[in-house]
Amino acid sequence: MDARIGIRNTKSVLFKSVIIFLAFVITIPLIIVLLYIIKQGVMQVNWHFLTNIPAPVGEAGGGISNALLGSFIIVVMSSIIAIPVGVLAGIYLSENAGTRLAYYSGLCVDILQGVPSIVVGIAVYFWVVKPLGTFSAVSGSIALSIMMLPIVIRSTEQTLLLLPDTLKEAALSLGVPYHRVILKVIVPCGFAGILSGIMLSVARIIGETAPLLFTAFGNPYLSTAITKPMETLPHLIYTYATSPYDDWHNLAWGASFILLMFVLLLNIFTKLITRKWNIQL
Amino acid sequence: MKNKRLDLSYSQMKWETIFKRILVIMSVVLLVIVIGILITLIMESMPSIKSLGIEYLWGKVWDPVNNVYGAYPFLMGTLLTSFTALIISIPFSYAISIYLGEYNTTGWLSNLLKNTIELIAAVPSIIYGFWGLFVLVPIVRTIESKIGVAPYGVGIFASSLVLAVMIIPYAASMGTSLIRMVPSPLKEGAYALGATRFEVIRSVILPFTRSGLFAGILLSLGRALGETMAVTLLIGNTSAIAHTIKDAFFGPGNTMASVIANEFTEADHTVYLSALIELGLVLFFVTVIINLIGKRIISKYTNK
Repeated sequence: MDARIGIRNTKSVLFKSVIIFLAFVITIPLIIVLLYIIKQGVMQVNWHFLTNIPAPVGEAGGGISNALLGSFIIVVMSSIIAIPVGVLAGIYLSENAGTRLAYYSGLCVDILQGVPSIVVGIAVYFWVVKPLGTFSAVSGSIALSIMMLPIVIRSTEQTLLLLPDTLKEAALSLGVPYHRVILKVIVPCGFAGILSGIMLSVARIIGETAPLLFTAFGNPYLSTAITKPMETLPHLIYTYATSPYDDWHNLAWGASFILLMFVLLLNIFTKLITRKWNIQL
Repeated sequence: MKNKRLDLSYSQMKWETIFKRILVIMSVVLLVIVIGILITLIMESMPSIKSLGIEYLWGKVWDPVNNVYGAYPFLMGTLLTSFTALIISIPFSYAISIYLGEYNTTGWLSNLLKNTIELIAAVPSIIYGFWGLFVLVPIVRTIESKIGVAPYGVGIFASSLVLAVMIIPYAASMGTSLIRMVPSPLKEGAYALGATRFEVIRSVILPFTRSGLFAGILLSLGRALGETMAVTLLIGNTSAIAHTIKDAFFGPGNTMASVIANEFTEADHTVYLSALIELGLVLFFVTVIINLIGKRIISKYTNK
């Protein structure tokens, strides 16, 4: 009897140790990747690197200003498209839960969340790139805004569902019209949650490469024309990582470092906001 | 006399209707996007469906120069990388779910681990690919030359390793929240009968959450199937089929997503391009079905 209890307890302790080991060991690859990128990238980054376009093969120096500017423009344009649509659709889903349209839209959000980004790239290629006849920053923004939508919608919906109904009822009973109740009472109350969803979606799309291969394409020069091809950070990393030149690899390491820092900071910042709100995304 | 207040409320009512209409339009936009993607993919893959037929899916040769197209190498490549990655990832995602869901649910250590796992998902896949190409591939190459297979380095094995790490967060975060939802009376009942912690986990928690954990794994699988950039950089991109199992597992290959990424902008005639889009269509259907099944199972759980 005693012996069996001993075995069972040992088993239990053993199991716990294995679980703890497995759970923590998986952070090692992440740490290795982060440290490696930081080690390789931090040496590259200086003012010259941030303000110059890539140098041709064989020339020293060069920077990634074209990709920084391009990523910025494309992310801003995607946000301009995706935030209004996403927030309003999220409001609809939370306000009209149970209707048929809400069911099918919700289904579409689930589908969009699972669609591989490269498939979105193909679709946008035929919607925008082919009719316009050229790769363009606009098409890249449209593809990325489709990637943003599900995150913005779900976070808006979840946040608004957490707000008490009495808030809305109080405003309505004062005779405030419906649209003002939503825009002046409900949305401001859930602002932190919606904002964190937007920030997470930006963090996600800024590193997205696959849909940009057939849409924004890439451009070795500084460009602000949104109907022309434009370079982005992830695309620059892809092109230069697969090139055979060490100088270009270094450029890509520097770009990876900046991209990684940006994504990590956005994520940590979002965490700080959501901690107050306890939002599940 | 004109009643100013009445006018004001009329205009407000007008705005109210407009606002409600805008909300409806925005959610219809979602339907339009999804149906639009589907229709575009079907329309554009029509030429290849017509000229290649259903045999396309198991045709073994992919040779665009001679106009021969078969999707078999990519289907196999995708399945092999995804399932290898899945099998590697399962013990870790279960361990994380059990640890964060049962052993250590609150406190700084639990939060730290949870946030770190979420950061794994936040790192862009191109960065995993770049890192893998310069750090992991040489390591894999040494391993391969030690065990006596052709030391390519790049290939199915290297991509599966990176993919495994990338997909863990999806199953783990789902599993954690499900295990936390196991009603404590169930666990307390088992403890009262004298069960050890391991026995409670094995015979109460895991059976209770089994289908939910499975759904989390499905979501991971959906990610793995569609993952493009990391795999494109690491898989070696050959469309030839390996002859031995060892070669298939360690040698270079191609997945559906990676062949689209590599060849889409180079495809110079209709059938070639269309064959690539048909791959996209297959990928779309598979990931959508897997995701919807996963979501369905999970929503069943959370509604209870």
